[in-house]
Amino acid sequence: MKEQLEKIEALAKQELDSCTEIKALDDLRIKYLGKKGELTAILKQMGKLSAEERPVIGQLANKVRADIEEALKSKLDSLKADAQAAKIKEESIDITLPGKYAPFGKLHPLTKVENEIREIFLGLGFEIADGPEIDDDYHVFEALNLPPDHPARDTQDTFYIDGTDETVLLRTQTSSVQVHVMENQKPPIRIISPGRVFRSDAVDATHSPLFHQIEGLVVDKGITMSDLKGTLEMLMKKLYGNDCKLRFRPHHFPFTEPSCEVDISCFNCGGKGCSMCKDEGYIELLGAGMVHPKVLENCGIDSNVYSGFAFGLGLERMVMGRYDINDLRLLYENDVRFLEQF
Amino acid sequence: MNLSMKWLNDYVKADMPIKDYCHALTMSGSKVEGYEIEGKEISNVVVGKLLSVVPHENSDHLVVCQVEVGKEAPIQIVTGASNVNAGDIVPVALDGSTLPGGIKIKKGKLRGVESNGMLCSLGELGLDKRDFPYAIEDGIFIMQENCEIGQDIKSAIGLDDTSVEFEITSNRPDCLSVIGLARETAATYNLPLNVKAPEFKGVDGDVNDFLKVDIINTEKCQRYCAGIVKNVKIEPSPRWMRERLRASGVRPINNFVDITNYVMLEYGQPMHAFDLRFVEGSHINVRNAVNGEKIMTLDGVERELTDDMLVIADEKKPVAVAGIMGGEYSGIMDDTATVVFESAYFEPTQVRRTSKKLGLKSDASSRYEKGVDRLISMTCLKRAFELVELLGAGEVVNTVIDCDYTDKTPASVDFSADWINSFLGTDIPEADMIEYLSRLDFKVENGKVIAPSFRIDIECKADIAEEVARIYGYNNIPSTDFRGVAKAEYTKEQKFIRTLRNAAVALGGYEIATYSFVSPKYFDKIKLPQDSKLRKTVKIVNPLGEDTSVMRTSTIPSMLDVLSFNYNNRNEKACLFEIAKEYLPTDEEKPFEGGSILANSNKEKHRYAYSLPDEPQNITIGMYGGDADFYTLKGMIEQLLDEMNISGVEYVRAGDCEVFDEKYALHPGRSAVILKDGVHIGIMGEVHPEVQETYEIGVKTYVAKLNIAEMMSCAAEKITYKPLPKFPATTRDLSLICDDETPVAELEKAIKGAVGKILEKVTLFDVYKGKQIEAGKKSVSYSISMRSHEGTLTDEQADGAMKRVLKALSAIGAELRG
Repeated sequence: MKEQLEKIEALAKQELDSCTEIKALDDLRIKYLGKKGELTAILKQMGKLSAEERPVIGQLANKVRADIEEALKSKLDSLKADAQAAKIKEESIDITLPGKYAPFGKLHPLTKVENEIREIFLGLGFEIADGPEIDDDYHVFEALNLPPDHPARDTQDTFYIDGTDETVLLRTQTSSVQVHVMENQKPPIRIISPGRVFRSDAVDATHSPLFHQIEGLVVDKGITMSDLKGTLEMLMKKLYGNDCKLRFRPHHFPFTEPSCEVDISCFNCGGKGCSMCKDEGYIELLGAGMVHPKVLENCGIDSNVYSGFAFGLGLERMVMGRYDINDLRLLYENDVRFLEQF
Repeated sequence: MNLSMKWLNDYVKADMPIKDYCHALTMSGSKVEGYEIEGKEISNVVVGKLLSVVPHENSDHLVVCQVEVGKEAPIQIVTGASNVNAGDIVPVALDGSTLPGGIKIKKGKLRGVESNGMLCSLGELGLDKRDFPYAIEDGIFIMQENCEIGQDIKSAIGLDDTSVEFEITSNRPDCLSVIGLARETAATYNLPLNVKAPEFKGVDGDVNDFLKVDIINTEKCQRYCAGIVKNVKIEPSPRWMRERLRASGVRPINNFVDITNYVMLEYGQPMHAFDLRFVEGSHINVRNAVNGEKIMTLDGVERELTDDMLVIADEKKPVAVAGIMGGEYSGIMDDTATVVFESAYFEPTQVRRTSKKLGLKSDASSRYEKGVDRLISMTCLKRAFELVELLGAGEVVNTVIDCDYTDKTPASVDFSADWINSFLGTDIPEADMIEYLSRLDFKVENGKVIAPSFRIDIECKADIAEEVARIYGYNNIPSTDFRGVAKAEYTKEQKFIRTLRNAAVALGGYEIATYSFVSPKYFDKIKLPQDSKLRKTVKIVNPLGEDTSVMRTSTIPSMLDVLSFNYNNRNEKACLFEIAKEYLPTDEEKPFEGGSILANSNKEKHRYAYSLPDEPQNITIGMYGGDADFYTLKGMIEQLLDEMNISGVEYVRAGDCEVFDEKYALHPGRSAVILKDGVHIGIMGEVHPEVQETYEIGVKTYVAKLNIAEMMSCAAEKITYKPLPKFPATTRDLSLICDDETPVAELEKAIKGAVGKILEKVTLFDVYKGKQIEAGKKSVSYSISMRSHEGTLTDEQADGAMKRVLKALSAIGAELRG
């Protein structure tokens, strides 16, 4: 009987070894361990054994059962693992096929750069101010120290509105918002004002009758020209990286005194001089200055108590510099193939 | 302003490298646009003397010259020119030399005879007869200049100047002159400035025997200086003067005209020289013109004058428009014998207004209208006479006329070094400031800064701070980080627009930017009726063209233009949006903005003379191609509105709408107005086939426009959380048959009303017309989800609700599909 048990175990293991399907394992379990299985059949003969033999054989039979069960389980695990591996192998896909897109649009590049600038200034405590695009001569010129007959008006190329005796016009600069803000708000004032401006320039690669400016204005006690420099340097480092250098050049604007133009080290050559910067090493970026005392006074602010600075930058120029766009017209043609690049 | 560096060196020793010079002047406030080195293409060309000229042994049109060029031995040059003789002084291009146009000269053999260079003509040096009137055009330039053999040709013929182009800002007309820029140069480099007072000897005579001058309007003409040159000799001016005028961009004409231009360039003071013969009565009156008075100006145009214009007149007629241009006969002619020189000060606004009104500009007017030094007239008259004598151009009468009504009080401003430092954020010692200012001819006395008379721009303390800052160097001013705190956030509107814009992108929209002005032709292009309010526009008086001549009253045509552009550029599909303004004329009185009093003082605000237009802001959406149809657009709008917390919106047919005239651009059966509680949020729909054709778009196109202010007024301010359901929902599906005409919105409304509180969601899942459905009818299928927050719904509750639903639907003609 002992031999029989050992034979069953050996046979079972042999059959298990050659088994390759999970389903066949069940058949084997029934064949050997089932109620009508071979092991059970042998155990049924236990009664015929002597009292001495019975516990020995019983122990052996239990061991054989346990061994077969163990072998069945390990075979099952191994077959499952094989099946899983085969399935995974079979499910392998071409990961270089394109992804599936949900519809998603793009912001216009002008908006993207404007948003960046807004966020920087918001972080510095600047509010965003708006003003009318169609405004009057007073807010666009006169209050900004450009009285009638001022020679600097020649350079403004203003569009005038019909039927208003040239008193209502399309604003030529966002500086008009300075006046609106100072008329209606007490210092401390910290604002930027992005928006559309209009000048009668014919369309070409670098000119457009409509473009965008971002005006900045700070009015408070003790504002200095070094504050202006620090603010603009911080802005440009955030926008163009810590390596960029600014150059402040004296200039003239009627609404600031002292006035300056600010140049940035050339994006292309970094300041050495190249064809892009006409060998200057710098590219003109924006105009700025200390708010002219007359402008403060025109808005009812005491220039002996308060001082301020203002700046105005051209958004198109910054966008074109940022993305290496060489033709301004692309920004207003709105070709989808252009828009999807940003 | 083009500056001759040679001329500049008369007044200040500016021998630094030109690039450094340009940079330094730019950084001290006189911006350099560029510079031009004369003769920079010419190298290794020298003055030579022909020692002998003999015929070429192998040619009958070539000659062989031995040329002395300042070296140990003469060199041999073969030339084809026929105008050369032994003893001639000529320009010689040596072996390895360069000439204008990139020409290089190398030695070689001409018909077997060695030639070590080339003799040059005027043209080969980039010159012409105007530069050297004695030379011939088609032959070697036989020089009559005072020069040495072997000397570089550029210095020998004065081609060694450098012209620097300055961009002078409108506040600094004093820098539109050589002396003005010399002063800036001296101040920038801290060099001495040498300007001598001009002197002339003159011949005895009384100027009053020749001319009488009266200023009638002493406010507009504050000074008039005049003098007489008799026995004049009109001829070309000398080479040095011609060269300097040329380097300054002025064409030489004759000695008298050249002198007036020379003094103007040197001092910035316009001068006028005219023939005494044509001054009737030998009497000059500076007076206002009489209305209708006429003058033929030097440019050959007859101009009618008005009484707000100032003229220089003789006893009968105007001879010049003051400060702008002389009359036809006032110029210098070949037979002029006696010349009157005028040097005057005219009030800038007067000149500017007259110039603008007549549409007439000149070098003189552009200087007068910016403002010349009001105290310099006599100095310049003397300078002109000094030059007349230097050139031997005539005899100057040694007495002059000076009618002087100028106010000689200098501009002065309080000086405080502390204030300047606190304004600039610097720590510049007072003594340094005073030194900087003195370099610019300012004086500091008794706590005041006294401005020189040529500085017409000095009015306040900040002006002095700028003078100090630019000499100190803007780039030496420290940079400080922003101090203090301020509270700032986006306004409600700015936040709303930010969310809207991002939502539009998330829904697949590409943002566009279009012009605010459009062509009035768009009215017809979008089929607006003649009486449409959108045809009432804000018009531009001076547009660039008809295309951009009116401010748009609708953003939809701009969108259609861009869609058309994309379609015609073969872009298969487009889904675009723009957040931008429309401009609507208004009759409303809008005299003040906000209150009528300034926030920072008790003064009254500026009052608007005309009401400004309204500038409502919209989001405009447009699409074609891909799966674009009415419902794609509607879905996008519904999702946008949902994101903006706007719910309970109705879509009604656009046809009856009085608010949006863009409805005429849309398909009447496929367009809708978006309403919420009577507020007209926007309009949407398929573009009318005719309009689509007009815009040359070959596929169905969809547009919408939503008013942002109206959207904001409809948006829920607050979102309140609803507890998640504890009990399961019960769903019933329903297929109905109703008239094709019945809008599904009506069915939904009936369902919602009938189910009541337990309704969770009504979902339309099918609309069917066709086989098995009677003509004129449609089948509509809904899934109705119901749920109670008090417990699981029983079948009785659900069935009861469905019975109510069927009853309500039956009342509007919808029956359960059998």
